[in-house]
Amino acid sequence: MTAAPAQALLLASMLFALGLLGVLVRRNLLFMLMSIEIMLNAAALAFVAAGMRWHAADGQVMFLMILALAAAEAAVGLAILLRLHAAGRPTLDADTGNRLKG
Amino acid sequence: MLALLPPLIVLCPLAAAAILLLSAGRMPPPAARLLAAGAVGLAAALTLWLAVRFLSAPPPAHRLDVVLWHWLRVGGFDARIAFTLDPLSLVMMLVVTGVGFLIHLYACGYMRGDPDVARFFACMTLFVAAMLVLVLSSDLLCLYVGWEGVGLCSYLLIGFWYAEAANGVAARKAFIVTRIGDAALLCGLLLLATRTGGLEIAGVLRSIQPGGPVAEAAAALLLGGALAKSAQAPFQVWLPDAMAGPTPVSALIHAATMVTAGVYLIARLHPLFLAAPAVMTAIAVLGLVTLLLAAGSALAQTDIKRILAFSTISQLGYMFLALGTGAWGAAIFHLVTHAVFKALLFMAAGAVILRVHHQQDIFRMGGLGRAMPGVFAAFAAGAAALAGLPLVTAGFYSKEAILQQAWRAGPVLWAGALLGAFLTALYISRCVFIVFLGPVRTAPTGRTEASMAIPLAGLSVLALTGGLIEMPDAIAPVHLLFRLLAPVLGPPTTEGAEGGAGVLLLAGALAPLAGIAVAWGLWRPRAGAPAPADDGLARAARAGWGFDAAYGLLLVRPFLALGWLNRRDLFDRVPDLLAAATRWGARLLGRMQDGQVRRYAGWIAAGTVAALCLAVRP
Repeated sequence: MTAAPAQALLLASMLFALGLLGVLVRRNLLFMLMSIEIMLNAAALAFVAAGMRWHAADGQVMFLMILALAAAEAAVGLAILLRLHAAGRPTLDADTGNRLKG
Repeated sequence: MLALLPPLIVLCPLAAAAILLLSAGRMPPPAARLLAAGAVGLAAALTLWLAVRFLSAPPPAHRLDVVLWHWLRVGGFDARIAFTLDPLSLVMMLVVTGVGFLIHLYACGYMRGDPDVARFFACMTLFVAAMLVLVLSSDLLCLYVGWEGVGLCSYLLIGFWYAEAANGVAARKAFIVTRIGDAALLCGLLLLATRTGGLEIAGVLRSIQPGGPVAEAAAALLLGGALAKSAQAPFQVWLPDAMAGPTPVSALIHAATMVTAGVYLIARLHPLFLAAPAVMTAIAVLGLVTLLLAAGSALAQTDIKRILAFSTISQLGYMFLALGTGAWGAAIFHLVTHAVFKALLFMAAGAVILRVHHQQDIFRMGGLGRAMPGVFAAFAAGAAALAGLPLVTAGFYSKEAILQQAWRAGPVLWAGALLGAFLTALYISRCVFIVFLGPVRTAPTGRTEASMAIPLAGLSVLALTGGLIEMPDAIAPVHLLFRLLAPVLGPPTTEGAEGGAGVLLLAGALAPLAGIAVAWGLWRPRAGAPAPADDGLARAARAGWGFDAAYGLLLVRPFLALGWLNRRDLFDRVPDLLAAATRWGARLLGRMQDGQVRRYAGWIAAGTVAALCLAVRP
């Protein structure tokens, strides 16, 4: 069976809401990064669903781009995380990271 | 060519004032003196030349219009910076620049040694320029500019020695009291502008409906401005205090020129006042009341400058009496002679004050006639002219013209004016006898320098002979001034007072003589030192009949109380409320920016959702 675009969009928006909720409620930076990945994937899923709906390849092109974007974002995010750890920060709590000094 | 001269004459003192003001006190005093006296002297010379040209070849209809530029044009309202040269403004220009030049010359000597001489001369020349604008402008709005300009200079110069607090108080008093009149004047101008569609003097006078409510209201409002500027009852309180300024200022602004602006205004707009008979009566009555009250006050003063100040108020009362009876020419005649002899009196008094170490109390002076015969002669000439000594002084002829007209208007006015003439002779003779005769009480030192002596001599000659341009028919049919002014002020009423002219003349001549005789009886040099009278009447007269106290109680105290009540400034609280609400809202919104990245993300999400909701709303 093939999933209808509407169902795919529903799944995408659910995933996006889940990711957003994760960003908002999780304080651990690692989990916040993962939640952002979920949101990106939700957006990518919406593109694919839209490409299917109009029988166009653009949606999958956009999916590939978002994949690259997500990889870049993860690389930068993890680098920041490692730097914070290397600077001697004891926790990964995002709420304590609002002071750029020290 | 002729049209070029009036703006040039205004420009001379104006340019000097600009240079002196912009020099910010860095100009050396000799240069400042030379510049100021030179500029006003040049203006006087140009005015003289203009007068000769004007009189030898009068322009058509005896008026010359010079439109400099259009100031503003709104709808049908057109205000222009424009000058009109006609016999009336010519006479006023001659007085302003001529007497003004002599006073500037005198001030060069009087203000020697004052560190702020540049500021002094800047204000003086600015005053001359503003006064010239006032008398020349053909548009009431332009006239108002000059009117306010002279008021400003008066304020600046009364408070010239600002280090003393009392001088500042006097300056503010003068400014505020004249401001009250100026507000009335402005209302009158606005009324005329809305009802006649413009403020050009000729146009306004053409479109006035005689006896209408507009004419009455406008005339009454303009009269308010004139009364305040000319220190007439009930606004006369500022002038005696204005003597806090340097003596040349008292001579120029508070005797010769600025205070006559009200007289000039009424004479210039006389068709408007003719259309309002009730206002005319008010002018005559107020003038008479003022002249008697002020003459009585002058009789009890002990300060020589205050005597002259009250005398000025009293003489201005004569001019208003003349205006109120429709004798425009006589008012202008008295304005001219008064400018000469009162400037002379003030300058002679200033010379006396300098020589006796700034002593102004006449009861501490005495016997000065022997030590300074020249100044004595000048003061005596001025005093004789003020008293109206028959035949030989200018003041006699001008006062006679007013008395004749007052008789025609009503015997009561005439009797009052005659009493005023008697009092005038009485108080000025008292001053002369006490200051210059008898034993020496304060020994004078120094010399009166040439720059002060020359103006005194010049004005003395004018004060004695200046009246010969205009004489009553009973003496000689000379009517040079009235004939000159006829194109503006209408033909002079030359017919005598039905055979009684001779008797009137005799009465007018005897009143001053009687005054001098009584003064001789009361204050002639005696063995003991004279002392000022100190009964209740004298105290009331010395205090100006309690006007100051009454105004203090009725107006100033309630106003100050109101100010105290409103010291938190209730009306400012409304904008303050607005400011507080804004600050409070900002603090509330500012709490979004707390540095927590998760909250930012939350707000971004909420904003996006809200934007989406707005965008997809059906």
